[in-house]
Amino acid sequence: MATVSAAVRRDWLVGYAMVAPVVLGALAFVVLPLGMVVWYSLHEWNVLANTFTFVGAENYGRMAADDGLADALLASLWFSIGLVVLNIVLALLLAVLLNQRLPGTTTFRTFFFSPVVVSLVAWTIVWSFLLQADGGINGFLAVLGVDGPNWLRHETTAMIAVIIVQVFKNVGLNMILFLAALQGVPEELQEAARLDGAGAWRRFRSITLPLISPTILLVSIITIVGSLEVFAQIDVLTGGGPGNSTTVLVYYLYQQAFRFNEFGYASAIAVLLFVIVLVLTLLQWQSRKRWVFHEV
Amino acid sequence: MKSDVLPVTTPGTSEPGAPTGPPGTPGTAVAGPARPRRLGARARRGWNRWLLVVLLALLSVPFVFPTWWMATSSLKPMSEILRRVPTIWPQDPTLDAYGQVFTLQPFAQQYWNSLYIAALVTIGTMLVAAMAGYAFARIRFPGANALFVLVLVGLLVPSEVTIVPLFRIVNSLGLMNTHWPLIVIPILGAPAVLAVFIMRQFFLALPTELEEAGRIDGLGRWGIFWRIALPLSRSALGAVAIFTFLKSWNLYLEPIVYLSSKESFTLPQALTQYVDAYGGPMWNVQLAATTLTVLPVLAVFLVAQKQFVQGLAHSGLKG
Repeated sequence: MATVSAAVRRDWLVGYAMVAPVVLGALAFVVLPLGMVVWYSLHEWNVLANTFTFVGAENYGRMAADDGLADALLASLWFSIGLVVLNIVLALLLAVLLNQRLPGTTTFRTFFFSPVVVSLVAWTIVWSFLLQADGGINGFLAVLGVDGPNWLRHETTAMIAVIIVQVFKNVGLNMILFLAALQGVPEELQEAARLDGAGAWRRFRSITLPLISPTILLVSIITIVGSLEVFAQIDVLTGGGPGNSTTVLVYYLYQQAFRFNEFGYASAIAVLLFVIVLVLTLLQWQSRKRWVFHEV
Repeated sequence: MKSDVLPVTTPGTSEPGAPTGPPGTPGTAVAGPARPRRLGARARRGWNRWLLVVLLALLSVPFVFPTWWMATSSLKPMSEILRRVPTIWPQDPTLDAYGQVFTLQPFAQQYWNSLYIAALVTIGTMLVAAMAGYAFARIRFPGANALFVLVLVGLLVPSEVTIVPLFRIVNSLGLMNTHWPLIVIPILGAPAVLAVFIMRQFFLALPTELEEAGRIDGLGRWGIFWRIALPLSRSALGAVAIFTFLKSWNLYLEPIVYLSSKESFTLPQALTQYVDAYGGPMWNVQLAATTLTVLPVLAVFLVAQKQFVQGLAHSGLKG
């Protein structure tokens, strides 16, 4: 290192200066809070009495015995599975349809993408208006002679509603990512398979799908991690109800912290959430070698 | 930047039958037997194509109808909204709800709050992410990799994980019910990491020749970044700007944790506050406020949608 010239050193200094804001930001707003949340999770924290006592792993023991938390984990699981499956399948379907060079493709693409730029809370409010017992959807069902349910007041339909609202909001983004990937599939490969007598489904399964697998991996990761962070939709549509049927993990965390002032316990739940996200992301990256055709 | 990544209708692709190849020239041996089968297939494909268009139109309904329903319902008086059989077009259009939007809450102030916060976050993120992305991609300073990994940790941390400690930090700094946490944390914290990553990937892929030329012309590293690299990164910056703005504009958990007075509320938070004395939503007012929130962004999107879609596609692919 002694041979490094002054000019190179100056270059390094510029480099440190340029990364300083994000590095300090990462320390102050990511690493420090992560450490704090672990520290908090080992304490019993009564905000009203202003006491902060070390209790070791007690909050984690409480988590193991907490039925509410088990329900929240289950709700998160259902929500994530429903969302990811519906989202990926619908996004692929739309992308494949838009890739057929059909008339009106540009307009349809605009339609499918437009909810992405609509404010999330605004989109959710409109859907909650549509899903009321006497709302638009049941109104139109009534015209058809169907008696629609009170969507947001039944446990099963409420969960389905929350999933569907979220799928339509964001599927356009995934569709665009898939569309870009589909455009990268060489026409010659398709043509060669066609001449060999491969049908449309076979060509899709054996050529298109493997070639766009890196994008599917990327989109799955984004969607799964995103599905764990669902908050505004739940708060506006159902408030976690009916009962606690749509109280997903993040909503449970929020309730514990900011409704019941259980900051210590909420921090333990936050640690759990972090571990789940970490494990899911690592698993996805681990599995990529098995089913991804080539690296991005 | 390839323009053919997305199906922006180019003259070549709108030609019907173009993908099936040129019609066989009569003299060749291959074209003879293949021809009749191909014609039959093409006729069937014609039918199938129209069926697919109908399918696309049906699939569009849940994407387009809510926005339509929002805009038209905001013009309906409450009595018409509550009618059992819905009316597609308001029979007795009124702007009453729009007046109430502004009298029940300081809506103009809230609108401005959202707008200026999102603008500052967007500009700040672009600047900070471009600098960091450039340095991580181009300057080989000791510890660069370790620092980059440190920054990347932010990608793994949902904002809900750190909300309790951040709330304590903001509280102890006396910044509750101010906009500071909504501006500073997104620019420097976890939300900016994706932007840093996108900018780094962009600069990694950018050829270095132009920067070499700048160096020969006597520019220092800082000058090369500002005068050469930054102007070249306009497309990546555009993608960063779009998704950063939308993210800030949509922020919901943070405002409801940090903000408590109606004057300081941002739009997503304000929209949920139009409730009657019993806590039930005042639908027409809420939908009017929602329409005012949604339509400007939607209009910008429709005008600049090519940039939107391509920018997001590129950022996503490289991110």
